[in-house]
Amino acid sequence: MSNRQFPGPHDVEPIKGTEGWERMYPYQYPFTRDDPERAAYEKGMFWFYDGLHYPEPMYPFDMIWDEAWYLALSQFNTRIFSIPPVYGVDHRIINGYVYITPVAVKDPKEVEKRVGHFIERAGYYYQNWDALVDKWEVKIKATISGIENVKVDPLPELEDMSVVVEGLGESKGYKLLKAYDDIIDLGIRCWQYHFEFLNLGYAAYVTFMDYCQKQFPDIPLQSVTQMVSGIDVLMYRPDEELKNLARLAVELDMANVVCAHDSFAPAQAAMSTTNSGRKWLDALEKARYPWFNVSSGTGWYHHDRSWNDDLDLPFSSIRMYVEQLIAGQSIERPTEQVAKERDRITAEYRALLPDADAVEAYDQLLQTARTVFPYVENHLFYVEHWFHSVFWNKIREVGAIMKDHGFIADIEDVWFLKRAEIKEALWDLVTAWATGVKPRGPKVWPTEIAWRKGVMDKFRQWKPPPALGVPPDVIQEPFTVVLWGITNDSLKAWSKAREATNLTDIKQFTGFAASPGTVEGKARVCRLASEIRDLQAGEILVAPTTSPTWAPAFSKIKACVTDVGGIMCHAAIVCREYGMPAVVGTGHATSILKTGQLIRVNGTTGEITVLD
Amino acid sequence: MPNHHPLVCLFQDCNRESLALVGGKVSSLGELINAGVRVPPGFAVTTQGFRQFFREGGLDREVYSRLKGLTEPETQAIETACDEIRQMVEAAPISIELEDLIAEQYRRLSMHCNVPAVPVAVRSSATAEDLPGASFAGQQDTYLWVRGVDTLLTDVRRCFASLFTARAVAYRLRMGFAHEDVDLCVGVQKMANSATAGVMFTLNPANGDRSSIVINSNFGFGESVVSGEVTPDEFLVNKISLEVVRRAIPKKEIFYAVDRESHSSRRYDVPLERQSVQSILDEDIAELVRMGKAIERHYGRPMDIEWAVDGDMPTGGNVFILQARPETVWSSRQAAEKPAAKSAIEHILATVMTGKKVS
Repeated sequence: MSNRQFPGPHDVEPIKGTEGWERMYPYQYPFTRDDPERAAYEKGMFWFYDGLHYPEPMYPFDMIWDEAWYLALSQFNTRIFSIPPVYGVDHRIINGYVYITPVAVKDPKEVEKRVGHFIERAGYYYQNWDALVDKWEVKIKATISGIENVKVDPLPELEDMSVVVEGLGESKGYKLLKAYDDIIDLGIRCWQYHFEFLNLGYAAYVTFMDYCQKQFPDIPLQSVTQMVSGIDVLMYRPDEELKNLARLAVELDMANVVCAHDSFAPAQAAMSTTNSGRKWLDALEKARYPWFNVSSGTGWYHHDRSWNDDLDLPFSSIRMYVEQLIAGQSIERPTEQVAKERDRITAEYRALLPDADAVEAYDQLLQTARTVFPYVENHLFYVEHWFHSVFWNKIREVGAIMKDHGFIADIEDVWFLKRAEIKEALWDLVTAWATGVKPRGPKVWPTEIAWRKGVMDKFRQWKPPPALGVPPDVIQEPFTVVLWGITNDSLKAWSKAREATNLTDIKQFTGFAASPGTVEGKARVCRLASEIRDLQAGEILVAPTTSPTWAPAFSKIKACVTDVGGIMCHAAIVCREYGMPAVVGTGHATSILKTGQLIRVNGTTGEITVLD
Repeated sequence: MPNHHPLVCLFQDCNRESLALVGGKVSSLGELINAGVRVPPGFAVTTQGFRQFFREGGLDREVYSRLKGLTEPETQAIETACDEIRQMVEAAPISIELEDLIAEQYRRLSMHCNVPAVPVAVRSSATAEDLPGASFAGQQDTYLWVRGVDTLLTDVRRCFASLFTARAVAYRLRMGFAHEDVDLCVGVQKMANSATAGVMFTLNPANGDRSSIVINSNFGFGESVVSGEVTPDEFLVNKISLEVVRRAIPKKEIFYAVDRESHSSRRYDVPLERQSVQSILDEDIAELVRMGKAIERHYGRPMDIEWAVDGDMPTGGNVFILQARPETVWSSRQAAEKPAAKSAIEHILATVMTGKKVS
């Protein structure tokens, strides 16, 4: 390992002009210097940059999800299911970027003790998976309807008469504080549910992967994932809705209207003048709830607006599909073909197993992996997309009130405050309103926010190292491997990219072989989902990471390359469904490659080659 | 087969049931062809043909009476008798009918291969040779690079005669096989004029992975690969996706090709500009993999295979399997280490306990 060095967690140079940045984040997040015991612990751990969730520096408010999953994942590992050799995942932040590390249980006796609990507890979940997932759906839907129903009302000059005649005994000021608490509480609760099944799901998945690799040392990981592909999951539903709308537009003879407009509003105006047009608009309206609650990003950032927030996003995708339909191209996912290929691969490997015991284990583990798979995918739609999309807008409603009271200059400034600071500011705001005096906030926050914006700009120009500290020999946290793709090979590739003085000099690099096949084509680097509008048919998409919003891109491209992600990330799954090559978790593809470059993507070996 | 007791028959018309007619070697060639495996084309002079030849003019009576009363310890007497018998057999005429059949098949083979007077290998294939514990048969005579009808007929007779080498006779005496019960067939097969050849394992010999196929290849005959005289090109192919997962193309400095004068293979230098060139086309790799899978399916176990790409034949139909035997190293090891059967949760526990190796 000694030859694979990343900077130590305390050796990262501070950025000039950002001094004091630590106060933008929870106080326990920065690496410590004044606590020798904690510093020694930090030094002994291997921290990797969580670029999967955070391609950008953290906004103080957006840290809520980081804290939420910090708690949720860790508690399920440590305190609920008792994953024997591993506790939770610890978090730190440096220059606005989150680093995480799985925490191992070091005492063998403790591990031993945890085994019994694990068998009993996790065993119960696996055995009752479907019934518990049904329960989960009820809980998550209640949480979503909870957030949809939170009322954030402005503070009136004088309370409504109903407060008096109904004897309510509560003011709008109190209600605002409570509404904010409810929004935050629902958010944290939503993330409790998010992890209820996820780690167990990944563990089952990794186990099947391991079993296959033990039986077939040469088996490409994507063959294992192909065996679990072709299962219908919610994630495809929003995209299917767009395709249906595209088909309907053609059917209703509205294709020319769709194609004639670059954005939704004028198209809507044109449509509303005809019967067919109105029929189409009705269908669109029906599809919007809940299916347009899809984030344009990963859902992790407040600026990842949903389709419902910006109908131009789904509209341009619909238009893309309409154009393809008119050109006589198929816009179907080759579901049948994928299922057929899945069955072939599954049967062929099965036939090569040495004996009946091996076949039994294979069948059992495959079945378990297929059982857990839909949850592993579906939670994304409920939590990161649907809930988050509603959540961000509720906070915007709070921000609007803060703006009205002069606490912030713009609603979008609210993200520069920590959630606890917003609560404090709301107290300031509400008590001043109640008292009939001026609050202190308007003199405090705008200045602080202006400074924080400057700091964030500097953070943005900084490239966070992929990892800090010394890599361990073994990583036991199931997530770390499946989602982030932290393995020997990925670390090697990342450190290689780090050594290169000029990233654009790199002519060959590797990532995770996530979906098999080899193609050559022109690269199209899209850092944001909105940039997929520029995609030309047959190009190779190069993105930091992808999410369901990127779905329309996949019917145009012939391969996909991402910076971050393991073989279970969105891009990997979708490419397997489309049967096109994908290489994910390359670390730096969006920095190394340039739009227009001719590249070769080998989804079987994970190699990317620059050809010109 | 139109005639159930033909004197001469094509390889592709043979199968398991033809064992008594064409011997083990040729019947298994027929089986392979019917399983979709391409082997160098050829035909067999059947045991029926052998018997007809042997009975003609009372050759059999003469031979058997000459052997009568001999016992195994009389090595000198056996030696003398066998020398006489072989001279007799090699000099005996082949009936006009049989001669005509052999000549016709040979000419057809030449036409099929697009090579006038195509060089063939002439091999004996005894009916008992491949049976367990009876790997004696006739002395296994093989004549390579045989060209022209006359030479072919001579060598067929020499093969017939090989049933009566001193060693074969002594062996039969020791094992208590009657000389009259052992039949012989002669296989006549196109010599693979290997432009490229090598070996193929239907598992990865490095780790025993049965989902992999490993192919080694060099220019010319497979000899250079089998003997280890060159580091051959190596391809790791995924048996299920059929993709070449890994390829190594080292420098190959020598190769073997036929020296038509001496009818034997000779070492040559690979021209400098070709040394680092991949010695087999990707399409041929795909064809080999397809056949490797068919052979494995046919025998129901991992196989160790010799193959060649024939330079005489047009591409698309010139990748041939020369030999296939069961792989033994991993097949026996896998049976030995059987993991304890576990429930899914125990498997999952084992996974989280082991974690993922990073280094």
